[in-house]
Amino acid sequence: MELKTECSSGYLFIRMKGELDHHAAKMTLQGIESAIDRFLPRHCALEMSGLSFMDSSGIAVILRAKRRVGTGGGDLILLDPSPQVWRVLTASGVDRLVPVKIREGRIAK
Amino acid sequence: MKYENYIKLEFPSNSCNEAMARSAAGVFAAQMDPTMEELGDIKTAVSEAVTNCIVHAYPDCIGKILMRCRILEGNKLEIVIRDWGKGIEDIEQARAPLFSTGSQERSGMGFTIMESFMDKMTIRSRPGEGTTVVLSRTLPRRGRSR
Ligand SMILES: Nc1ncnc2c1ncn2[C@@H]1O[C@H](COP(=O)(O)OP(=O)(O)OP(=O)(O)O)[C@@H](O)[C@H]1O
Ligand SMILES: [Mg+2]
Repeated sequence: MELKTECSSGYLFIRMKGELDHHAAKMTLQGIESAIDRFLPRHCALEMSGLSFMDSSGIAVILRAKRRVGTGGGDLILLDPSPQVWRVLTASGVDRLVPVKIREGRIAK
Repeated sequence: MKYENYIKLEFPSNSCNEAMARSAAGVFAAQMDPTMEELGDIKTAVSEAVTNCIVHAYPDCIGKILMRCRILEGNKLEIVIRDWGKGIEDIEQARAPLFSTGSQERSGMGFTIMESFMDKMTIRSRPGEGTTVVLSRTLPRRGRSR
């Protein structure tokens, strides 16, 4: 998993690239948490268009990221998940706990 | 039962094998001419079952995992994932959404995802002896000659 962070207009974007399974989960969470701790964002977005696979190990990562942003008073959104990731988000009900946004022209569900 | 094709794969419970196992299942299923969505569902379900073996069946050792994929009559894909690890005390409880004996790295959604992404999921398990998960899904024939 490759993570790239970018701050713009009050948002911390964390771009995810690769596959998020149990094997990758620990490193991914560490990377996300250290970015959150460094920027203490009001708004944080996990940009998922480059995330080619995610399973339930990713759910725990998302929920822990949400909690981490929340302790600093910020909020988390998920951006542009691929169809496979979208199916996991809806099957697990995570889409009801964390807002998911699919931007115009990005991979649709 | 009559089968059209099968593969059997045995591997140790190293987490790097999660990606290998779901990719192998995906490559095998590709001969059934699945849609991208069907392929994603199959790979996700396999990833859940194999991760459970690695995380729960063998929590503090490396053990053996067996995956068998078969194409049965009627274009039915059957995937068996077996371990010889810790086993499950109460299968009904384990299947319930959000139930987990794991750490906060787990969400208790693995079986729920397997069940909703496949047509059928059966679990056989005995504490101390291991667990067998059988996943199956029938794919529509899309009229490709084989
Ligand atoms: N192969 C297995 N061997 C032993 N116990 C298992 C096995 N598979 C599942 N379990 C038990 O069943 C429970 C539920 O499994 P499930 O996959 O639904 O959730 P989880 O693995 O705890 O969390 P998640 O899959 O969301 O990361 C596990 O917490 C564990 O106690
Ligand atoms: Mg699981």
